[in-house]
Amino acid sequence: MSADDALLAIEGLHVFYGGIHALRDVSLTVRRGEVVTLIGANGAGKSTTLRAICGLLSPARGTITFEGDVITGQAAHTLVPRGISMSPEGRGVFANLTVLENLEMGAYLVRDTARIREDLERGFSLFPRLRERAKQNAGTLSGGEQQMLAIARALMSRPKLLLLDEPSLGLAPIVCQTIFSTIDAIKTSGTTVLLVEQNANAALKHSDRAYVIETGAVILEGPASDIAAHPRVKAAYLGE
Amino acid sequence: METLLQQIINGLSLGAIYALIALGYTMVYGVLRLINFAHGDVYMLGAFAGYFLANALGLDGHPSVFWAILVTIGAMAICAAIGVVIERFAYKPVRHHPRLTALITAIGVSLLLEYGGQVVFGATPRFFPQMIESRTYALGGVQITNQNLLIIVVAVIVMFGLEYIVHRTRIGKAMRATSYNLSVAKLMGINTDRVIAFTFALGSALAAAGGVLVALAIPRIDPLMGLMTGLKAFVAAVLGGIGSIPGAMVGGVLIGLMETGLSATAYSTYRDAVAFGVLILILIVRPSGIFGSSVVEKV
Ligand SMILES: Nc1ncnc2c1ncn2[C@@H]1O[C@H](COP(=O)(O)OP(=O)(O)OP(=O)(O)O)[C@@H](O)[C@H]1O
Ligand SMILES: [Mg+2]
Repeated sequence: MSADDALLAIEGLHVFYGGIHALRDVSLTVRRGEVVTLIGANGAGKSTTLRAICGLLSPARGTITFEGDVITGQAAHTLVPRGISMSPEGRGVFANLTVLENLEMGAYLVRDTARIREDLERGFSLFPRLRERAKQNAGTLSGGEQQMLAIARALMSRPKLLLLDEPSLGLAPIVCQTIFSTIDAIKTSGTTVLLVEQNANAALKHSDRAYVIETGAVILEGPASDIAAHPRVKAAYLGE
Repeated sequence: METLLQQIINGLSLGAIYALIALGYTMVYGVLRLINFAHGDVYMLGAFAGYFLANALGLDGHPSVFWAILVTIGAMAICAAIGVVIERFAYKPVRHHPRLTALITAIGVSLLLEYGGQVVFGATPRFFPQMIESRTYALGGVQITNQNLLIIVVAVIVMFGLEYIVHRTRIGKAMRATSYNLSVAKLMGINTDRVIAFTFALGSALAAAGGVLVALAIPRIDPLMGLMTGLKAFVAAVLGGIGSIPGAMVGGVLIGLMETGLSATAYSTYRDAVAFGVLILILIVRPSGIFGSSVVEKV
């Protein structure tokens, strides 16, 4: 892989929570236009990796490079205008705001109202359900609808890199399908996606490449189809 | 009937003061989940800022509504800056520590302002300059002083202003997002440090307005004046539902009404006990307060 098509490059990342060594020497790369999946068991360090990328926590060691610039340790709010956006674990919708207000919040830094209107339209066409619920408080949405909202909101800043933390968690199979086909659509529209999933089966089907992370370290990486065929992955994550 | 109306008017003006202060407690709690115990002392500093400004302008004995308004705005600006400094140097360094650390820090800041105030301003009460001529209007059998009227009018204007800021402006939108979920707010591109500083500035300015207004009506100010008033305003915020802006307004007015109501009875010596009795009751009956949500936020 040539370095210049890497949108995101992580080198030797270490993260601690107090005395807990959550990430030990994680390195990974995401190229422009790819969908890359991070799979791993509970507590492996997947969310921690995403939180370090989007600036919610700062690593003890290692570098994170985005579009060739080192962004390690930069505050989360400064990375949004650079093009990094995240739909966090547990969705994090603003329950006390309406669906529309949530979406507008995703465009907090955008001053151009025409652009906001255009992006709202795009969000509503990705998830027509959200249009019906636009005036409703986000707290009253179902889990699946909240997930749609979290993704649509993350897209409102027109990210170059979209981080999705367990978007299918706790959703009915049919809703999962909607979420995964949306990820395909997001990829087609040119946005790069780094996905964290427990649902390894579906995630690998919709990804280009994958990393497997165990107790804070990457143990496998490769094209999604190879990872899906790997005996260790089959045994541990695909339930085969 | 007339005494009742009279008590209601007195209660409203006292309650308006509690409400102004309670708003600061509730807004800071909203964004940081911190009870800023130094907030009552910022109210005291507001009264002192007004005192020094008014004297510097030579307003004592030369009443002027125009200058009184300017002095109030000046005191609000000074306290807004003090609020930002307190946040930056006392609370920000302990923001990622356990919540108890921040709470103890807040108590420390409060003591520092109270006893530092005694060192700087002296412990003996000072006489606040009469910036407006005091007048009493009689409406039917009800007496209302222009100071009481001013307190109510200013409080209502300020609350509408706050409502506007919180619901119609960008920074207000950011405040609501931050108070709902700080880290998700960051993901929206919101500079939450700035939002927190702004919240302290806003809350402190409201407390300063309360300080000056009270000093106009009861012109004795001293460095410990924020202690009891601050505690009662805190109870008002809890009664309304801490974190809720309308709650702080309603809670303040209710505490004011109850306190003046009791003062009019044979039990008037217990007037200071009202707020704390109410606190105990809410904690037993409805800890989330009138407007507080008991909704679990995290999934
Ligand atoms: N705020 C925190 N404080 C202390 N330890 C934490 C914190 N957040 C995560 N950890 C620890 O760090 C490790 C990695 O957690 P992380 O949330 O990244 O796991 P994950 O792979 O996302 O798991 P899951 O699939 O359950 O979401 C875990 O051992 C976890 O207990
Ligand atoms: Mg996780």
